[in-house]
Amino acid sequence: MKPFDYQRAEGMDHAGQLVAAENATAIAGGTNLLDLMKLQVETPQTLVDVSRVGHAEIEDSGDGGLWIGALGTNTNTAIHPRVRADYPVLARAILAGATQQLRNRATTGGNLCQRTRCYYFTNIDQPCNKRDPGSGCGAIDGIARLHAVLGTSDQCIATYPGDMAVALSALDATVHIASADGKARTVPVRDFHRLPGDTPWKDNVLEPGELITGVSLPAPVAGKQIYRKVRERSSYAFALCSIAAIVEMDGDTITRAHLAFGGLAHKPWHDPEVSEVLVGQKPDAALFDKAADVLLRDARGYGENDFKIPLARRTLAAVLAEATGAEL
Amino acid sequence: MSSANTVSINGQPHTLPDDPRVSLLDMLRHHLGLTGTKKGCDHGQCGACTVIVNGVRINSCLTLAVMHDGDEVTTIEGLGTAEAPSALQQAFVDRDAYQCGYCTPGQICSATAMLDEIAAGWPSDASDSLDGPMEVSAEEIRERMSGNICRCGAYANIVDAIRDVAGEPA
Repeated sequence: MKPFDYQRAEGMDHAGQLVAAENATAIAGGTNLLDLMKLQVETPQTLVDVSRVGHAEIEDSGDGGLWIGALGTNTNTAIHPRVRADYPVLARAILAGATQQLRNRATTGGNLCQRTRCYYFTNIDQPCNKRDPGSGCGAIDGIARLHAVLGTSDQCIATYPGDMAVALSALDATVHIASADGKARTVPVRDFHRLPGDTPWKDNVLEPGELITGVSLPAPVAGKQIYRKVRERSSYAFALCSIAAIVEMDGDTITRAHLAFGGLAHKPWHDPEVSEVLVGQKPDAALFDKAADVLLRDARGYGENDFKIPLARRTLAAVLAEATGAEL
Repeated sequence: MSSANTVSINGQPHTLPDDPRVSLLDMLRHHLGLTGTKKGCDHGQCGACTVIVNGVRINSCLTLAVMHDGDEVTTIEGLGTAEAPSALQQAFVDRDAYQCGYCTPGQICSATAMLDEIAAGWPSDASDSLDGPMEVSAEEIRERMSGNICRCGAYANIVDAIRDVAGEPA
């Protein structure tokens, strides 16, 4: 690990001032950042410890929703009584990710900012436009089993690896951000992560010096909540494809279909046109196929990950069948 | 403990290292000679370095020692001794829940905290319902212990040892 200067922030404002410095990085749980610092993928000059600035609370918000402070652990979100009762898709997504040891350290804000697990990104001997802009992409013509099939660019085909944010996308959560000069802003979680385009080194819309202060969930909506994750082994593996779904039925008609997809793109994938195909219709295999046609209309495989396109289709059908009771 | 720049390890106060790069794991092993906690992958993938901090299990390789000012850390040395082993330590012996033993301290620290999590009603990915009480089934143990890898493949006996302590038929 390269040497760095360690500073402990005494509050969120102080953290913002410290993080605004040149080549300073915030550390909370550290489970992803320290891993990458050992690999010399991340080489901050200053590490700002934000783990004691507060903002770890999870509490009811005035509008019937829920406030989740940025510094709360993933465990504390997953076991919170209101998350279990009203937002089970979020509890399920968190529990499907990592291990208990990691969830006990990892935080809400840190989890949103976790980096891709692309093998070329984490190996400093390999080209990677995300880690080393302009060096090329090793994955496009290389080993790409984990990689994206939606929203890729000729610069980067990495995936966003997390589970929690996929559920937050289906729940239409909002990310709350503070900057060093004391200004606050909010961003819908669906717009927080970016597609790679020509600037794949930007994972999300955070500007230098900005810190996530928390995530707000809207009041819970009716419907069945499901998180389905397909992976190489049954525990402790990143998603090849995952789906967070909130599906409501009125009799035999679908009245709500909030869907987000993990493992397919550089961000949790949310496509309102998929919902439009489903809402107002009676669920059956043909309808699910039509929804998959829309979801995957621009999908592109890179050899090793070609299987993700039919996998996403089948996973969507399985989730919709479970949610609606329809036969496949 | 409230004094600055100290961490409690198995009830004893210790001064935190000057170099912020030192992981909690390296502080335990190299600075304090507490070599029960093992370094396997050093990247949070194997669980050999699992310790209990403020009551919850974490990977000591993926956390900086300087971030643990005032924290209370329990390592395998703090759970029991050869003469007075903890229930899980004894169960691992009785069930022959290891071959080489390298992952065992991490397995036992992890399982110690895991039984508390189950008692507290924390759900896992293997739980049918998100609401307690949680079972101590083999399926639950395998999911909840997935952060601890055993290269020798002693998993069947590890599950049995944990179920012995939990009072479940193995």
